[in-house]
Parts: sequence; structure tokens; C-alpha cells
Amino acid sequence: MRYLPLTDADRSAMLAKIGAAGIDDLFVDVPPSARLDGPVAGLPLHASEMAVEKHMRALSKKNLAAADAAFFCGAGAYRHHVPASVDHIIQRGEFLTAYTPYQPEIAQGTLQMLFEFQSQVARLYGCAVANASMYDGSTAAWEAVAMAGRVTRRKRAVLSGALHPHYVETIRTMAKFTGDEIADALPTVQPEPDLASLIARIDDDTSCVVVQYPDILGRVYDITPVAEAAHAHGALLIAVNTEPVALGALTSPGEMGADIVVGEGQALGVGLQFGGPYLGLFAVRDPKHVRQMPGRLCGETQDAEGKRGFVLTLSTREQHIRREKATSNICTNSGLCALAFSVHLTLLGERGLRALAAENHRLACLAADRLASIPGVTVVNRSFFNEFTVTLGRDAREVVRALAKKKVLAGVSLGRLYPGHGDLAEGLLVAVTETTGEDDIETLVAALKEELA
Amino acid sequence: MARYYTDEHEWIDVTGDTATVGITDYAQGQLGDIVFVELPAAGTRVEKGKDAAVVESVKAASDVYAPITGEVTEGNAALEDDPALVNSDPEGAGWFFRMSIADAGQLEGLMDEGAYKAFCESL
Repeated sequence: MRYLPLTDADRSAMLAKIGAAGIDDLFVDVPPSARLDGPVAGLPLHASEMAVEKHMRALSKKNLAAADAAFFCGAGAYRHHVPASVDHIIQRGEFLTAYTPYQPEIAQGTLQMLFEFQSQVARLYGCAVANASMYDGSTAAWEAVAMAGRVTRRKRAVLSGALHPHYVETIRTMAKFTGDEIADALPTVQPEPDLASLIARIDDDTSCVVVQYPDILGRVYDITPVAEAAHAHGALLIAVNTEPVALGALTSPGEMGADIVVGEGQALGVGLQFGGPYLGLFAVRDPKHVRQMPGRLCGETQDAEGKRGFVLTLSTREQHIRREKATSNICTNSGLCALAFSVHLTLLGERGLRALAAENHRLACLAADRLASIPGVTVVNRSFFNEFTVTLGRDAREVVRALAKKKVLAGVSLGRLYPGHGDLAEGLLVAVTETTGEDDIETLVAALKEELA
Repeated sequence: MARYYTDEHEWIDVTGDTATVGITDYAQGQLGDIVFVELPAAGTRVEKGKDAAVVESVKAASDVYAPITGEVTEGNAALEDDPALVNSDPEGAGWFFRMSIADAGQLEGLMDEGAYKAFCESL
């Protein structure tokens, strides 16, 4: 057997087999405007490694990194302090395994860690069972919608208008292939979410209702009435959480009757990392739903000598056994990010998480009060955890751009999240964590006051 | 009462116009320890040769096909708590579901006990 890359003859044979004249024929679905039709202008054919490094460094200086600014961006990805010990621990040899690290004879370290991770997620979410993680929050949200379809044998998902628009897009994209009907809506910028109109959209064909908690505008509210309304129609309630630190202070979605709780785990242990890789969390409240869950599940057992051990369990739900009838096409997990999440949460402990959550909320309250003192700025939320919405009386995108020039990243504008919806353009999401100190808040307030004057 | 068998290792007992369906002793032996059975809800319409239930053992999850077309009238609730009944008494207490018979003619093509025994021996 040869271990050489493909030869020109191999390539020609493969192209001929599928009836393509050349490699370019494989890219005809990419719009011509997005295709490269020649060398990139100004790019030299050769440059030394040192020269490239220097050039790239100069380019990177054009970025304004989170750590170099007063940083108030959130909207689903949160900057928290990740202790250096997290990185140290996750790089220990005990956790270094070859892909796929699930073989119980040789991977007890990884399997035990996944079991602990699942226990942590289940407790945070107020659920009975959590899986060993998914790719990210948005794909976990889709998996929850798909699961609700299997449980209820219905194909109509009702999404809250206050669900993150990127999550809505992910769900829409996947639903194209399953034929599920996705009933979504836009958020209404008001102190409390409009639960009455959400509940009015639930009917007897509804497989699930998807809410976000805290929601995209940062509002914290009791989801119990939505759970009751969903259940009255035989539908499941899916709760999405994008900021797990919030659950150090708030009642968990499971306790309020959510059947499936999913979310983004990035805030603990993972860091912003340019948007990925992130960590999808997935849990179910009622153990009877466990066989419809997607993803890997790690369980505790005893070996032949009666000693405690860990194995993957209920694998018959999964693709390598059930093939096209599997509960999901995910046959892996975000192992390293899950490890970092678990180590960070373990280092914090329950008391540490509660303290961290309290500090986030304290700073956010301070920021909201200070921002509200600026003429033209209105704080929308009646309640929030560490992120809230303000309206600025003018296009928030422009304000964000202007403040970025002053090394203040003021938040995520609703105009950016909902392009083309002019009525939302004045809204700005402001996230405050333990990494944005009182000095950063004063910097933001001063810059915004000046900009709006 | 007449009992028939399919080449997918289901058995079907016919009493009047209702039938009881399960998997054979040979099938449970091949599957090993049964840990879960997913049954169709009452009222589900099943079609001859199409999947109607799922049986899960420690080794694999397998589909159980409807031997004939009809409507499910009852699933065996006992299997929820004790799926191992399929191992201990596959052709009795370990039955899967009861159904109505849409077309009794479909029974003609199934095997009787002797034919099924010969079929298993040929495998």
C-alpha cells in the first residue's frame, strides 16, 4: 500500500468518474463574486518566515482585543477571568489521549472527568441527566428541537422572539433538512418579555417552545407559565442559557419546568477565542427522556472486581450503532472545552460560583445605574443578571464604532444582531463581568456621555 | 389460535380478528440481554414489513417489523419495567404488542412452526 498523496492521474480518474472537467467544477455553487480568479493583488510569491511574522503582527495591531479595551460585549459569549491553573490542569498528561478517548480500558481519566462534567451541568440546569457536551450552544439548541420532535412526534417549533438570532438561524438551517416548521418572532424592546404573545402561539401541533433565560435582551423572568402552557398542549419547553455564570445566582430552568435545558458553556473555562471552539451543554429534566437524547453519555458502573469505573452508556441511541435512525449525527463531544469548563467550575466550587455571580450582578447594577444617569440613555430591563439593554436615542452601531476608536467596546448593538430592523437600531446590549471593573464602567460612562452630548 | 412466523424472527398469534406480536426465542438468543423495548403507541398504524418497534440489547438496537398491516391496540406495558421478559419468556409474557388485522390474506405468506424451525436450522 502506498502512503503518498494523490497523483495527477488519481485526480483525473476521480474527476472523470464524477463527470467533472476539473477541480474548479467542484466549486460552481460558490457565487463567482466570492471566488478567487487569480493571484491576490499585492501578495508576493515568497517572503521569509521573519518577514511574514512581522507583517502579521502589524496586521494584528489593527485589532482591538478584549483585554486592551474597556470591554462590554456579550450577546452569547462572555469574557470571564479564567485562572491560569485551569490551563495548567487541562494540559496534564492524564488528560492527553488520542481521539476517540472513550475506551474504558485505557481512558478512565477522561471518562471520569466527563461523568463529573455531566453531574455539574445537570446541577446547574436543575436537570436529571446531562450529556458529555455538544459543539456549541446553538447546535445544542437545534438538537433539543429535534429531540422534542422525536418525543412528541410533532414538527412545529415555536421560538421566543427573545431567543438569540444566531441560534434561530442555526435552528432554521437544520430544519431545512428535516422539514420542521419553525415559528419565530422578533424581540420587543420592553422591560419584560412578552410571554402572553409567546403562549398564544402554542397550539396542539407544537412540538416545543424555545425560550432563552436570561433572554437575548438580558431579561430574567419566571419561565413557569410558559412551561405550563407548553405542557397543556402536549409540547416540551426548551430553555436556552448562554451565560452559565448566571445560574450561580438564578433559579435553574429545570426547577421552573423546562423539559430540555441547553446552552453555551464557553463562559466557564473556555475564553472568547475568536468565537470558537465553544462548548454545547445539553440536559433533560425527566430521566424518561434519556433515550431520545443526542450525544455521548458517560455512566458510572462497577468492573468485574466490583471497583468503581466509568463507561459510555446508552450508545444504542448513537449513529455508530443506530445508523440513520440514531438520535443525532453527533458521535463525539467538545472534550477539551468540557474539561476546561469542569476544571474551572471545580476550582470555583459552589460557593465560588455564587460569589462570582454576585460580583457580576453587583457590577452590572452599578453600570446600569451609571448609564441611566446619562441624558438620552434609557435602561430597558426591569431585571437582569450581568447583561442588560439600553436605548441610546440614535443608531447604536454608529455609537459602538465611535467608542471603539476610544478603546471602549461598549457592547453589541441590536442593529448588528438584527440587521434591517430599524426599530431595533437604537438598542445596545451591555455585558458586565468581573473583568470589567468600576474604572472600566466609568470609562464607558464618560465616553458615552461625550458621544451622545 | 394460530401462530405464524416471519423470516425477520417475529411471531404472530391470531385469535379472531386480533393478533399478538413478539420476537422469537431464536431472536432473543441472538440479541443477548434485552435492556429496553420501544413499543408503538395504541392507535399507531403499522404496515407489513415496516418497522413497528425497537428492541435494544447490550449489543445492538434492532427494529422489529410488523408481520402484517393493521392498527396497534395495545403495547405490553410489562416490558417497560422488565424488558428481560423478552429473554425469559419471548414467546409468552414477553410479547410486544397487540394489533388488529387489516388483511387476513397477508397471513398466508408467513411460516408455521415447522417451517420456521427449518428456516432457523438453515441459518
